[in-house]
Amino acid sequence: MSRIKVELKKDQVDKIKEICKAFDNAEGELINVLHKVQGTFGYLPAEIQEVVAQELTIPIAKVYGVVTFYSFFTMLPKGKHPISICTGTACYVRGAEKVLDEIKKVLKIEVGETTADGKFSISCLRCVGACGLAPVVMVGEKTYGRVAPEMIKGIIAEYADQ
Amino acid sequence: METVKITIDNKIVEVPKGTTIYKAARQLDIDIPVLCYMDLPDLKIEHKPGGCRICSVEVEGRRNLAPSCSTEVFEGMVVTTHTMRVLNARKTVMELILSDHPKDCLVCAKSGNCDLQDMAIKLGIREIPNQDIAEMSTYRKDFSPSIIRDMDKCIMCRRCETMCNEFQTVGALSAVNRGFYSVVAPAFEMDLEDSPCTYCGQCVAVCPTGALTEVDHTNKLIEDLSNPEKTVIVQTAPAVRAALGEEFGMAPGTSVTGKMVSALRQLGFNYVFDTDFAADLTIMEEGTEFLDRISRHLKGDKDVKLPILTSCCPGWVNFFEQQFTDMLDIPSTARSPQQMFGAIAKTYFADKIEVKRENLVVVSIMPCLAKKYECQRDEFAVDGNPDVDYSISTRELANLIKRANMDLNNMQEEDFDKPLGESTGAGVIFGATGGVIEAATRTAYEIFTKKSLDKVDFKQLRGMEGIRQAEVDFDGTTIKIGIAHGLGNARKLLEDVRAGKSEFHAIEIMACPGGCVGGGGQPLHHGNLEIIKKRTEAIYREDANKPIRKSHENPYIIKLYEEFLGKPMSEKAHHLLHTHYSDKRKKIIYMK
Repeated sequence: MSRIKVELKKDQVDKIKEICKAFDNAEGELINVLHKVQGTFGYLPAEIQEVVAQELTIPIAKVYGVVTFYSFFTMLPKGKHPISICTGTACYVRGAEKVLDEIKKVLKIEVGETTADGKFSISCLRCVGACGLAPVVMVGEKTYGRVAPEMIKGIIAEYADQ
Repeated sequence: METVKITIDNKIVEVPKGTTIYKAARQLDIDIPVLCYMDLPDLKIEHKPGGCRICSVEVEGRRNLAPSCSTEVFEGMVVTTHTMRVLNARKTVMELILSDHPKDCLVCAKSGNCDLQDMAIKLGIREIPNQDIAEMSTYRKDFSPSIIRDMDKCIMCRRCETMCNEFQTVGALSAVNRGFYSVVAPAFEMDLEDSPCTYCGQCVAVCPTGALTEVDHTNKLIEDLSNPEKTVIVQTAPAVRAALGEEFGMAPGTSVTGKMVSALRQLGFNYVFDTDFAADLTIMEEGTEFLDRISRHLKGDKDVKLPILTSCCPGWVNFFEQQFTDMLDIPSTARSPQQMFGAIAKTYFADKIEVKRENLVVVSIMPCLAKKYECQRDEFAVDGNPDVDYSISTRELANLIKRANMDLNNMQEEDFDKPLGESTGAGVIFGATGGVIEAATRTAYEIFTKKSLDKVDFKQLRGMEGIRQAEVDFDGTTIKIGIAHGLGNARKLLEDVRAGKSEFHAIEIMACPGGCVGGGGQPLHHGNLEIIKKRTEAIYREDANKPIRKSHENPYIIKLYEEFLGKPMSEKAHHLLHTHYSDKRKKIIYMK
């Protein structure tokens, strides 16, 4: 998993410790702790994982193992406009993969990555409950249905100046 | 105890409730094949992830096949281990595993000793369907001073992870990523060298494939032995002689000291010496340091650090330099026997034979992979020339002997060379858990009490329990001794010391199960720890048969102090035989 370096400030470290403490620093709560920490910071860089490992007294390799196992967790900050594409069964058979390829081509990044200007990131998800609109793409909170690869440039352009 | 009756392959067996199908079948001598599974009852470890599915069996009334290693029996269960369905499934599982495994068995370090290869043979795999279109996962190779990781060969059994985390509590390895891309790796997939790895090698000892192997120095050794400019000398650790024979078909526990010496001589070493000599030297230094600390303690000196911890085991040294950095002043400063040998060989001995340091190659044969790293440490070199040039494992030596067309079975028995080959029984028992502290006790007792020991055997210090404690009466003064083997056990004793709860005066710690006899460089035990017990017996037998069994009575040690070192803990001894420890926590994170 690609990674970036960050320097945590004391109040940020304290915040992570506080979250761990709320789960009694229990090893078995690792996933819940990571969930909450990611909710607060937006992503889980190595530096944050180290603090979690220390607080829960588990090897940092284990924390990294869990972070890389679940696609929900990310070590990179999401873009200002996170793009999610549904690759659930209905969207997939209606051409989600071609749509995804087009997004990757236009933004020049892979799934799980963020553009250098921090504006866009791509992630895949499984079913947003709008199978009738397949294939579905979400940008931030906004949903686009029956998306064809030709529409991608236009959709991204809507956010280019924001 | 509640029991259940079950039928396996038409045979009835009664087993305790909670038993797995696999273990119940063993009682009927039905050997269900397993691959990811690992059972080490002596270490209280049963690794049964149920991941590989090789051990699948058919259970009457159950829709799918059951992994026998992790499925518990129930009353009236009817199991068949070799139906057509089972055999087909097993074959398919194996084909799938092999489809993502390199086919370079001819040149693989594990070839002939590989559980995966054995399984392919057992299951009669002759082809891998669709291999031409099968995608294979690839991963960079990771080289460290001791261990090589080649994750292309990893089958995700995760035995290494269990040894590293559960048994050793080192925490260097974890399964990361998922599906096709999953591998066992250090945090953030950094190199092993940058992880908390101690190089104990227990991951290598249990790896079923060539995914984890040792750094091999045998070719370098052949080159040095062929170089007329070089004087090449060798030292052999005590545990090597108790296990080397296994590689030549001898029964575990066969001691091959004399045959090994003869083989080494025929390989072309100019001098064949014994690390046991340096073990005796270690006792002189460490024992003196211990007596110094204990005497000051008994006089009421509150500043003296107790317990003293042994420092012979390089895996253990790596462990405390990373995980107990607040306690670096507690271990003995005595170098390990390997390094004491190197320091003496490249000064005292080099002068004696009038060979320049740079033309003297000191090789060690060790049951250990951490020794490969230890001899590379900066503090054990003079102007970039290491005291011990490199270390090869028991397995590498066996290979070298075979390559040189020799069979250990047919070798004559010969004696080590002098002066660095003479040792006592106390030096030999360094190879077993409890041995170092027993050797130290033999010497410390006599110096402290100024009395001669009638019986040199301290049986209370021996055994296979992970943590042991014993008291020894030093003529009215009770000395409390703790012993741990396995770093997880060591951690427990260390945490007591840190919390101020430890009452021990001295603690011996060895990283590997059973001590060096179970080291990461020894012939593979393939999960049978009875082998390690047999090696231990061989070590104590060798001690009992030695004419001299106390380090301070070794005439060549006495001579070494007279001619060269002065006395234990002298300035010269400090310079050559002692070391210092430092905080080696890995800076993986960029946080202040």
